[in-house]
Amino acid sequence: MSFIQRRIVIFSTFFFAIVLIGLLQSWNVALGIFNLCLISATMALGVNIQLGYAGIFNAGVMGFAALGGLAAVLISYPPVPETISLGGAGILLSAIIIAIATLASIFVSRSYLSKLYKRTTIFAFILISLFLINIYGSPAVEKIESFEPAASGFLGGFGLPIIFSWVVGGVFAGIVAFVIGKITLGLRSDYLAIATLGIAEVIIYILKNEDWLTRGVKNVNGLPRPVPYEIRLQESTWFIDFCERYNFPIVESSSILVKLCYCSLFLAVVTILFVMSEIALKSPWGRMMRAIRDNEISARAMGKNVKARHLEIFILGSAIIGLAGAMLTTLEGQFTPTTYQPLRFTFTVWVMVIIGGTGNNYGSIIGGFIVWLLWVEAEPIGLYLVELITSPLNETNPLRIQLLTNAAHMRYIMMGLLLLLVLRFSPKGIFPEGK
Amino acid sequence: MDYLNALALITNYILLPGLTYGSQLALGALGVTLIYAVLRFSNFAHGEIMSFGTMVCILFTWLGQSYGINFGFLPTALLFLPIAILFSVIYCILLERIVFYYYRTKKSDPIVFLIASIGVMFFTAGLIRFIIGPSDQSFNDGVRFLFTVRDFKNFTGLNEGFGLKTTQAITVITTIALCFLLFWFLNKTRTGKSMRAFSDNEDLALLSGIDPNKVVLLTWVIAGGLATFAGVLYGLDKVYKPFIFLQMLLPIFSAAIVGGVGNPLGAFVGGYIIALSELFVTFAYKKVLGYILPEGLGPDSMMQFLSTDYKFAVSFIILVIVLIIRPTGIFSGKTL
Repeated sequence: MSFIQRRIVIFSTFFFAIVLIGLLQSWNVALGIFNLCLISATMALGVNIQLGYAGIFNAGVMGFAALGGLAAVLISYPPVPETISLGGAGILLSAIIIAIATLASIFVSRSYLSKLYKRTTIFAFILISLFLINIYGSPAVEKIESFEPAASGFLGGFGLPIIFSWVVGGVFAGIVAFVIGKITLGLRSDYLAIATLGIAEVIIYILKNEDWLTRGVKNVNGLPRPVPYEIRLQESTWFIDFCERYNFPIVESSSILVKLCYCSLFLAVVTILFVMSEIALKSPWGRMMRAIRDNEISARAMGKNVKARHLEIFILGSAIIGLAGAMLTTLEGQFTPTTYQPLRFTFTVWVMVIIGGTGNNYGSIIGGFIVWLLWVEAEPIGLYLVELITSPLNETNPLRIQLLTNAAHMRYIMMGLLLLLVLRFSPKGIFPEGK
Repeated sequence: MDYLNALALITNYILLPGLTYGSQLALGALGVTLIYAVLRFSNFAHGEIMSFGTMVCILFTWLGQSYGINFGFLPTALLFLPIAILFSVIYCILLERIVFYYYRTKKSDPIVFLIASIGVMFFTAGLIRFIIGPSDQSFNDGVRFLFTVRDFKNFTGLNEGFGLKTTQAITVITTIALCFLLFWFLNKTRTGKSMRAFSDNEDLALLSGIDPNKVVLLTWVIAGGLATFAGVLYGLDKVYKPFIFLQMLLPIFSAAIVGGVGNPLGAFVGGYIIALSELFVTFAYKKVLGYILPEGLGPDSMMQFLSTDYKFAVSFIILVIVLIIRPTGIFSGKTL
């Protein structure tokens, strides 16, 4: 079987499964799953660029995705004029202080002073800016957060169309990736993994606790949508006519139509990203990346700047993850910092890339599709298995009840087993690199 | 000006909890560092191994309690700690045999080991949630305090005081005893020396007739045992939450890197550095300064550098500083 046939077979099997869900459960569910599959595929493409092209280990996918979510809030949510007039000036001043301190630190570290001087000055800059922020920022934050905390209590955003946030999310993630990459790339590869694990946790902590920015654990609901609302569809005459002509149920078809709109937006993004990554992979740049990955020392001997190339690819991949994070928040219409968990975001995306085949973009997409489908379906499968195993036990047996309530956690076991089995028996994944 | 009161406050809120948490981190970091020294990869599954051992301990404690077994004023869990260690050591040996042995014989890249450890992490996390559920479990019985703040105040007549929790005393004493044992083992016994030799130069160690399988198994046994100690002591001191162990990976790794990865002494010191600085940075100094500074000069604000919500961020900041200034860690790591 040539590899093109193989691709066709595997992709059509997946779409067959989606169609089956559509026929057996409902098209609503099937499309809902497929939309998240597309987002997972985007994230997997981002991680694949890092791991597959360059062998960089990013354990902070969760943090970059959350930054995308933050971008969605900041871009799309309408501004809250009251809080801005209360504390906007203080926040702006703090931001300016941070910017000045950062620029000054960079200036000092680029100068020709001795190391000791540099470090003391930078440390002093940090202390001074912390002190100033305490004076100007903290009261502003308090004022903002005490303004109608149940309904608002944060600055809001810019009130722009949420689609813009997809780009901005990428930019946010790219900036953070630049800082982390600057520090850790060039050291041992484990350090990058641990540092990214750390930055992801820190980002989530900030998003959970800085209420003036994100409302913290109170969540931001009702983000504007890039697609029409179901209710407005159900009221519009053309939609009612359309449904009546083909005899569709109105409520269900409206939500299907909305999901189809999302689906086409996401499909466009995935297609563009995929084509761009394929071109990049086949370009001289992609060949150079693979050369660096396979033999760093000889690549360096050929005059390639390994650290700069790694930084480049780390920023690119993280930006794609940020974009996917913004897409996810757009789809959900709300930003909930507590849902960002490393097992769900970071390590599941890893499983996707490795199962699909590291270094192969087709692989990342199918990996994202299959793993997300499994992630969703693991709960019913787990329940079924537990029912099957414990069926000899009594209905009221405490062990049976305990196992049934915890059956949803079968998905972690399944992911772990899948990863270990693929890594052991077919380490190249579904689509090996270059095929 | 009242230095004794300030000292008592700092002891109660920073030194004692810091030493306790630091001991727990040190035990965890020692496991990570040993695995790194011998197998050359960062074991992401370490937190879940800690969690696994703790879970076994909790299950046996419940079983014991249902038969009315207790350990006097000490927590019952300590009685069942050996069984938990046995279980997690067996689990670690199974992991080594089933998962890591294959990659070891193939001499795979460290990154493959790392990914395999993520698979193990996933599997173990699922297993734990499947067996005990995702919610919090408190299993500390026995006497809570050796002496309370009030006892201390009555005894000394100071305004402020510190209390010593039973778990704090147990944690610190156990950790120091374990570390002495470990360093004695690594430096004085033949097996320990062979472990160090293997970590220092694998090929030379093989030439001198050291059995790699024995060394690796032993490493897993020690790491599993230490992980169980760390997990149970942490669970006793605070509360057992299955998801907290993934978050604890960050301070544990930071501790290992700050001290120098692969260096047990570094991991030990690193644990205390991380824990104490976490508390020093997030502590509100208002009351302490009120005692130390002359009358009327006490500050009005909380005098807190960072809110306590950010205590995990502190370990990250320390990690970043160490990576920028001295990437090899304080005790230049890499080998045992």
